[in-house]
Amino acid sequence: MNDRSLARAFSLLLRRDLVINFRQRSECVNPVLFFVIVVTLFALGTGADRALLLSMAPGVIWVSALLASMLSLESIFRSDFEDGSLEQLLLSAHPVTVLVLAKVTAHWLVTGLPLILVAPLLCILLGLSGEGLETLILTLLIGTPILSLVGAIGVALTVGLRRGGVIISLLVLPLYIPVLIFGTSAVQMSAAGFPVNGQLSMLAALLALALALAPLPTAAALRMSLS
Amino acid sequence: MGSPPHFYRFTGKILPWLSLLCALLIATGLWGGLVEAPADYQQGDSFRIIYVHVPSAWMSLFVYVVMAVCGAIGLIWHMKNAEVIAISSAPIGASFTFLALVTGSLWGKPMWGSWWVWDARLTSELILLFLYLGVIGLYAAIEDKRTASRAVAILALVGLVNIPIIHYSVEWWNTLHQGPTVTKFDKPSIHVSMLIPLLLMAGGFKLFYLISVLIRARGELIERESNSNWVSELLEKR
Repeated sequence: MNDRSLARAFSLLLRRDLVINFRQRSECVNPVLFFVIVVTLFALGTGADRALLLSMAPGVIWVSALLASMLSLESIFRSDFEDGSLEQLLLSAHPVTVLVLAKVTAHWLVTGLPLILVAPLLCILLGLSGEGLETLILTLLIGTPILSLVGAIGVALTVGLRRGGVIISLLVLPLYIPVLIFGTSAVQMSAAGFPVNGQLSMLAALLALALALAPLPTAAALRMSLS
Repeated sequence: MGSPPHFYRFTGKILPWLSLLCALLIATGLWGGLVEAPADYQQGDSFRIIYVHVPSAWMSLFVYVVMAVCGAIGLIWHMKNAEVIAISSAPIGASFTFLALVTGSLWGKPMWGSWWVWDARLTSELILLFLYLGVIGLYAAIEDKRTASRAVAILALVGLVNIPIIHYSVEWWNTLHQGPTVTKFDKPSIHVSMLIPLLLMAGGFKLFYLISVLIRARGELIERESNSNWVSELLEKR
């Protein structure tokens, strides 16, 4: 087995997951709809005060993105677990961490990327524009992959359970807190006209850390769930 | 210490002695803290809650580390006792965290004027409580207890890596959002007459944790090994 076959396994698995998701479009549409509805509910729930909405916009959009990404987490491993293909993946000669990374990448492309695409629309609804909007998109671009990577650990731990849905929020949400903090503070600072290199670098550091470390416990948890 | 029956017999022997020592430490610590130590020149008598608050806050972190380390040992070497200690620690650690939060809020009311402030330390303590609750919830959700132990160990290790990240990000968030509106205790150099009871209490709390984790672990072991010979022999002796 050489590097080329590993890269091939990665791209094959990525393509397979993308095709499956493309054929069941509700998987990628539902999180986006959820995201839009939650942001609308926030606006309705707090009254249409423009100044208040503007100051809350980064937090509202980020929290809604967290929840949307959390709700879609199950789809990373659930259906593969049920039809047995997850077992075949673990039996393959390739390192599980790389395969996990492929599945997480596919999940992010299907559920994370659409969130980023609709985010500008929601920013306009909440009155956020200019610098703040650009920074928000940038933080979402760096931040949402972290959510998928960390969330994969939670799914892998609970995939064997019949009702993992409730427990997964308890496992995953506390781990999302740093991403939320750096994401929202970057947007607030840039809306106020300050430089945000620090926050963006921290987010990028978190992404690098999650990319390197998160697949390890995910792989261990998958082996545990299938044993 | 690797085998459950040996562990059970050994801990049964040392538990009374540990309890005696723990009672002694807590009694002298309480006496020193509540009676002997002078009242604080700024906070008066209300500072005395420190003798419960600070040891439980220390324990909340200590127990998490113990849980993660024991979980890792169980994960790597498949030691039953380590698995049992790890999962028995979770409810105790959660209780210490809860105690630290409650006493902190009781202390905060007269000092800061409100039950809760979004101070960095308070917030990370609250998140620590969530992490504990996640561990307990995951263990309860998985039926096979050996599998559950492995799941909990993985989660605890992930949490251990995350605790410093969460702590520093919360600290940073806090400094970004609100200035120093809260009068922070700038690590007052504590007087020896106040420090000694605090250390006694900290020792007492550690022993209390040791005792309760051993009692829980003994119960958990008996439950897991209920079909094995040594447990039925134990029952026959009764």
